[in-house]
Amino acid sequence: MTDAPAVQVRGLVVSYRGRSGPVTAVRDLDLTIAPGESYGLVGESGSGKSTAAMTLTRYLPPGTGVTAAELSVAGTGVLALDTPALRRFRAGALSVVYQEPGLALDPTMTVGRQIEEVYRLHGAGRAQARARTRAAIERVRLSPAGQIAKRYPHELSGGQQQRIVIAMALASEPRLLILDEPTTGLDSRVETEIMALIDGLRAELGFASILISHNLPLIAAHCQRIGVLEGGVLVEEGAAADVLLAPRHPYTRSLIAALPDINAVRPPRPAADTAQGPLVTVEHLTKRFQQKAALSDVSFTIGRAEALGLVGESGSGKTTLGLSLAGLTSYDGTITFHTEDRRRGRRTLPRVQVVFQNADSSLNPRRSVRQVLARSIELLGGDQTVEELANRTGVGPDLLAKLPHELSGGQKQRVAIARAFAGPVPLVICDEPTSALDVSSQARLLDLLAELQDRTGVSYLFISHDLAVVRQVSDRIGVLYDGELVELKAAEEIFRHPEHPYTRSLVDSALALRQAQAPSPAPAPAPDFGGVARAD
Amino acid sequence: MAVAITTAASAEARARPGRRRLRALLRRPTFVVSALIVLWWVGAAATWRLFGLNPYVNTGHINLAPGWHQLLGTDSLGRSVFARTLAGADTALLVGAFGCLLATVLGSALGVIAGYFRGWVDTAFMRLFDVLVVLPPLIFLIVVVEAFGASVPALIVIIGVVFAPGIARIIRAAVLAEMGKKYVTTAKVQGESAARIMARELVPNVLPTIVIQATLSLAAAILMTATLSFLGLGAQPPSPDWGLVINENRVYLESAWWSVVFPAVAVGSLVVATQLVADNLKEVWS
Repeated sequence: MTDAPAVQVRGLVVSYRGRSGPVTAVRDLDLTIAPGESYGLVGESGSGKSTAAMTLTRYLPPGTGVTAAELSVAGTGVLALDTPALRRFRAGALSVVYQEPGLALDPTMTVGRQIEEVYRLHGAGRAQARARTRAAIERVRLSPAGQIAKRYPHELSGGQQQRIVIAMALASEPRLLILDEPTTGLDSRVETEIMALIDGLRAELGFASILISHNLPLIAAHCQRIGVLEGGVLVEEGAAADVLLAPRHPYTRSLIAALPDINAVRPPRPAADTAQGPLVTVEHLTKRFQQKAALSDVSFTIGRAEALGLVGESGSGKTTLGLSLAGLTSYDGTITFHTEDRRRGRRTLPRVQVVFQNADSSLNPRRSVRQVLARSIELLGGDQTVEELANRTGVGPDLLAKLPHELSGGQKQRVAIARAFAGPVPLVICDEPTSALDVSSQARLLDLLAELQDRTGVSYLFISHDLAVVRQVSDRIGVLYDGELVELKAAEEIFRHPEHPYTRSLVDSALALRQAQAPSPAPAPAPDFGGVARAD
Repeated sequence: MAVAITTAASAEARARPGRRRLRALLRRPTFVVSALIVLWWVGAAATWRLFGLNPYVNTGHINLAPGWHQLLGTDSLGRSVFARTLAGADTALLVGAFGCLLATVLGSALGVIAGYFRGWVDTAFMRLFDVLVVLPPLIFLIVVVEAFGASVPALIVIIGVVFAPGIARIIRAAVLAEMGKKYVTTAKVQGESAARIMARELVPNVLPTIVIQATLSLAAAILMTATLSFLGLGAQPPSPDWGLVINENRVYLESAWWSVVFPAVAVGSLVVATQLVADNLKEVWS
């Protein structure tokens, strides 16, 4: 290992041509990462964190201007490299792990071949490459390695795919591993496993890492030092525990304040009107796709003005359950709504509205916010004006004339929520409504949902993979595992006495991810470059 | 929150998309040149009568070479090649444009319906289109024209029916992609009617595809019209239709090349220009 710092950046400015003149994505960034250190870059989307990290690879879209007083990785000045040297540098000095492992792998090649390719490019013979690939697959804790190597990417789960991408990234023995949101889109349990794997490998192999994420607890738990980027400026930097427990910059403080607190529960509300009985009764709900059961014999009720949380990993059937309630898919079993049909003319008004995860695709790109809301009020039989609805749901009056592509993610999701509340609908299904948003937008939306419920007495089915988020909104929480409802009790109880092993693992990993928030002073590494800092 | 930041940038962005695309198009020389050529022929078709051109009268000079007196020469019957070439745009564009319009409306409607309902509706339409698509279009056309005659309305209907399946398939594919998006699901959950989802939600979002397909079909339809009249199945003498004129005069290729070459250049330029306009639209729009 050389003594040169893994990353040394001084005065980095990155700008690109925007529609209306040049846009500065990164402003005057100084960054030093010691060999073997784990560094975390946090910031909301658009804060320049990915751009800053990708500059280290000099892999940026054409038209991007990069200037820096110094920009070196493992002692190599990146900006001065000519094309062949740049190739050698990228092949040897650093590797990148991206957010979507499915997109990073070639779907037409077995994963073993793809890893082998890296070894072959580094000069290994055929047999040698094969043996090393096997070892690499074992190193990322996938077994049996021989069988895994023969699989195609689509035959692996998201977590397994990401392990393969990591194995590939490490095949070139890089000095620096850039992890760009490596676990976004994975379940919290898989996330914990992948992050633990990376920590272990770093200790074993001694590479430095940059973890880019909007997920502050994740970064805090797995990085020694943290840098906080806001609008391309590094506003705060320091040891993980210091930044998290004693944030100095107001922006960092707002990020931390916006975190869904795993210990926060929804303040008890005036008991829902139980005299009227539940709003919805679901009995023996079963849904099959060909042979596989997506839902098997699920029964539960949703009370009036109740928020029922539903957690489970992807593929556990939670979305299918939502679709069944919304009447968007066929099913076996019965779903009974204990409400009177509201009619308008000959048409029965809908009883269920859905807020989907991806606000991008849930708004018609060619209709303005006003058009969307006006039509929703008409369809759902609401008696409010567009302005009143927008006001109630925190959609600014200046947004009404805009088209979806002019809105931020949080604003779009607000419009989607406003649309669901355009009329007096008794049940709103929220299917991962905040998963695509950064923490501060998420916090604001969760507040909005709680407030709307208090005001309108609507019932929620709140679907999410994030236990902390679910806990914030829900009165009761149900756990779906492999199509079965394995546990359903009061939100408090789930955390205090998780019974089913899967629930226990969910609760554990949710708590583990946020442990760094509790004052557990991690040994803050001294930022001198002599010693090898290690992750624990 | 971010409201203040986005407003300034977006007021500008909203006014633009259409104008920005137009400006992007106008920066492309191939588009400008092709559009001018198309406009020239459209203008010719619309206005040749106003300029007192007569494509039927004998000027008194047979097979006169291009020159001052007759700009593009005269044909074997002494008619002005210039007048006939301009007047020929008439039939080419009439049948081509209206046939293509019919094909686009028909094809888009069927494509949207098939893509929206899927299931047996989709299967039925698609198998029917498969059959129509595998029929060699020219042979099919010849048979139909023989059966129903070669009047302009008949040709328009035939062109419309022949081109509709190809458009329908592409529109269906575009609709299927849109159907995966949650705004369609949301409209269903809100109780929006099928007709309204198709007309108000889906069609505006596949409109670029529709316009591009329409332009591509226009080029093919013009070529098809010219082919039919070349084969004697379209316009009849003494019509100045390009295909017909080329056929009538091809024996004079050596003695009076101008009577063949100018109408041929006319067909070629219009077809290629239309195609290029479509290509440019496609590139700028997507």
